[in-house]
Amino acid sequence: MKTEYEKYYVPEQSPWPIVGAVALFLVAIGAGLSVMQTAKQEGGWGFYILIAGIAILLYMVFCWFKNVIEESHAGLYSAQMDRSFRQGMAWFIFSEVMFFCAFFGALFYARMFAIPWLDGGSNNAMTHELLWPDFSAEWPLLKTPDGTTTQAMGWAGLPLMNTIILLVSSVAIHFAHTAIESGKRMQLKVFLGLTILLGLAFLVLQVEEYIHAYQELGLTLDAGIYGNTFFLLTGFHGMHVTLGTIILIVVWLRIMKGHFSPDKHFAFQAAAWYWHFVDVVWLCLFVFVYVL
Amino acid sequence: MSAHAEHNSHHHAPSGFKRWLFTTNHKDIGSLYLIFSLIMFLIGGAMAMVIRAELFQPGLQFVDPHFFNQMTTVHGLIMVFGAVMPAFVGLANWMVPMMIGAPDMALPRMNNWSFWILPFAFSILIASLFMEGGGPDFGWTFYAPLSTTYSNDNTALFVFAVHIMGISSIMGAINVVVTIVNMRAPGMTWMKLPLFVWTWLITAFLLIAVMPVLAGAVTMVLTDKYFGTDFFNAAGGGDPVMFQHIFWFFGHPEVYIMILPAFGIISTIIPTFARKPLFGYASMVYATASIALLSFIVWAHHMFTTGMPLAGELFFMYSTMLISVPTGVKVFNWVATMWRGSMTFEIPMMFSIAFIVLFTLGGFSGLMLAITPVDFQYHDTYFVVAHFHYVLVTGAVFSIMAGVYYWLPKWTGNMYHIGLAKAHFWLSLISVNILFFPMHFVGLAGMPRRIPDYALQFADFNAIISIGGFAFGLSQLLFVVVVIKCARKGDKVDDKVWEGAKGLEWEVASPAPYHTFEQPPVVK
Repeated sequence: MKTEYEKYYVPEQSPWPIVGAVALFLVAIGAGLSVMQTAKQEGGWGFYILIAGIAILLYMVFCWFKNVIEESHAGLYSAQMDRSFRQGMAWFIFSEVMFFCAFFGALFYARMFAIPWLDGGSNNAMTHELLWPDFSAEWPLLKTPDGTTTQAMGWAGLPLMNTIILLVSSVAIHFAHTAIESGKRMQLKVFLGLTILLGLAFLVLQVEEYIHAYQELGLTLDAGIYGNTFFLLTGFHGMHVTLGTIILIVVWLRIMKGHFSPDKHFAFQAAAWYWHFVDVVWLCLFVFVYVL
Repeated sequence: MSAHAEHNSHHHAPSGFKRWLFTTNHKDIGSLYLIFSLIMFLIGGAMAMVIRAELFQPGLQFVDPHFFNQMTTVHGLIMVFGAVMPAFVGLANWMVPMMIGAPDMALPRMNNWSFWILPFAFSILIASLFMEGGGPDFGWTFYAPLSTTYSNDNTALFVFAVHIMGISSIMGAINVVVTIVNMRAPGMTWMKLPLFVWTWLITAFLLIAVMPVLAGAVTMVLTDKYFGTDFFNAAGGGDPVMFQHIFWFFGHPEVYIMILPAFGIISTIIPTFARKPLFGYASMVYATASIALLSFIVWAHHMFTTGMPLAGELFFMYSTMLISVPTGVKVFNWVATMWRGSMTFEIPMMFSIAFIVLFTLGGFSGLMLAITPVDFQYHDTYFVVAHFHYVLVTGAVFSIMAGVYYWLPKWTGNMYHIGLAKAHFWLSLISVNILFFPMHFVGLAGMPRRIPDYALQFADFNAIISIGGFAFGLSQLLFVVVVIKCARKGDKVDDKVWEGAKGLEWEVASPAPYHTFEQPPVVK
């Protein structure tokens, strides 16, 4: 270890964590109340609390990161600090992977167990016989046990296009990465810009696909387990793409301001990791939600 | 830059309330976690008192069944997420940097954020009890359809409270992992790490792996209840049993999250007062890792009565029983450490020995519950309640008490009142057994858990249990007195409070200075 005696920077007091805690408090209350008030079809103020919470959260993140960037530019961060950030980001992505695992788990459980068992699989002959005699197991589940019907989303059109878009964007950000490491700023700006445009294109097509699902296929969030898993998996993925795109835009703006050097670019690295993660999740989605 | 100049001028604790709101100091944040968890322990305990008052006699006396359900639910949630977990995080905050020779946690600001989310999350949870319709009443495990079809309108608040608690836990755990991996002093190699640090490293890994799964579970509950999805509803092709699979995939590692740091504390204290190095250090590390890995493949032993296929029942029975092997290694090592040691019985040691005996008892009843055909009888009875209170109260909570009595002099620079602490120990030890031991009997006789009323045949034991419960609850007030008195004044202690203690934390002054190890020590 060559950084043995380099001082590890411990920041002095910071107001942003407590502001962030208040923001999350407002987000939680606001989200909870809006959901409850929407369910009861009451007008309500929950939504405004939610918006206030999100606004404070964004402000907090902006100020906090501003502090960190200033400290970084002031040369306060050692190589050891850089490792802390990198490891922290890696573990954060691991936690995100586990979040998606919960929903993939639900998808696999429904396909492997819940649906066959409703059709009498394993030791459930009486479940089929007595409770759901008209039900037959299939995937995608186009007719639920209680009779709701829907149509399946094919994989060949928009989803395939989106897969190609995300794969290309992953390659693009890889080129941006090699560019930042060899100090080719122009190449960096172009390839990162391309990644952002591809991310935005993905989101536009995803919205189009949702409209298609709702208006033409009757594939809705409440259309049984197929629609449930479809929309929660693609929806959470879409939210991560949105967040990833925002992160990339911020990083791109910082590059335009001349931030980052070939050997110090944690924020870029973190954004790139996050983008690759979003891409890998999509590949799993494409295979298990659309194709198989 | 100005930030730099300011930085060098502060070396003492800032004063006023801003110190606690804005702090980035691991010792301040550790204290905040510990104080918060003590308050939650008392609130959760007060709810247990309500439960025991209602169950003192058969029939309905004090509360209506609906409120009783809210009490069992929120008692569980508070004790798991508000008392035991934050207490361990508090101990980790205080001790891990000092044990590995680091100047602070790796990400000090995020550390503060992790803490301050918790009071807000729990105020949402507790506030929902006072709202129209009431708080969560579906048990801390919030099984569907109790939490979906049959829950009250305020369930969304529970869901989002759990979400932000989870965010807090994940950030806290990331901080611990990164601190341990990246911030060890030169020479502090992996196999020299104190066991408390090892167990916390593995615990933090478990937290990062399973808290997001809990977030997924509550999200599906939210959409099932409010947005018309059918994840846990057979009519739409889902399955209520699927909820239990997802929940316990989180829930089983979660119970090890609440006991692995306890193993670390006990493994620290026993060698100190037996005046011998820990027997089988390497096997302790491997046993901890094995327990953590096995915890991912045993979850359905909570679900033996759900009608799983036979192959599933057998797999989960055997994998569960396998866990008793590394756990047995640990108990053996603790006992072997004491064997022919120069033993003395200071307060932390008394709690540790009580831990070994009573936790093992809870482990044995766990082994009984692991046997599928037998579990068919025990499932959802007071036997289960007895089992997990032995491992959580006389296990996790006793270890936290042991840890606090062990390190409190280091934190405050004062020795606590030994007489009061002894009284706290003996009163707790006796009352906790009066409280939980008879639960085995009523459970085996068939008394169901989470029920405000019961058959007359259980009346005598329930009266005894309630008396034990009130005694245990009151005894904990003594603990509060001991801690507050010690924080204010007491006999000054040496840097090395216990003469048999080993480790970097005993090489700094008592009370520990605000900043320690700004220059990393060299570990030989």
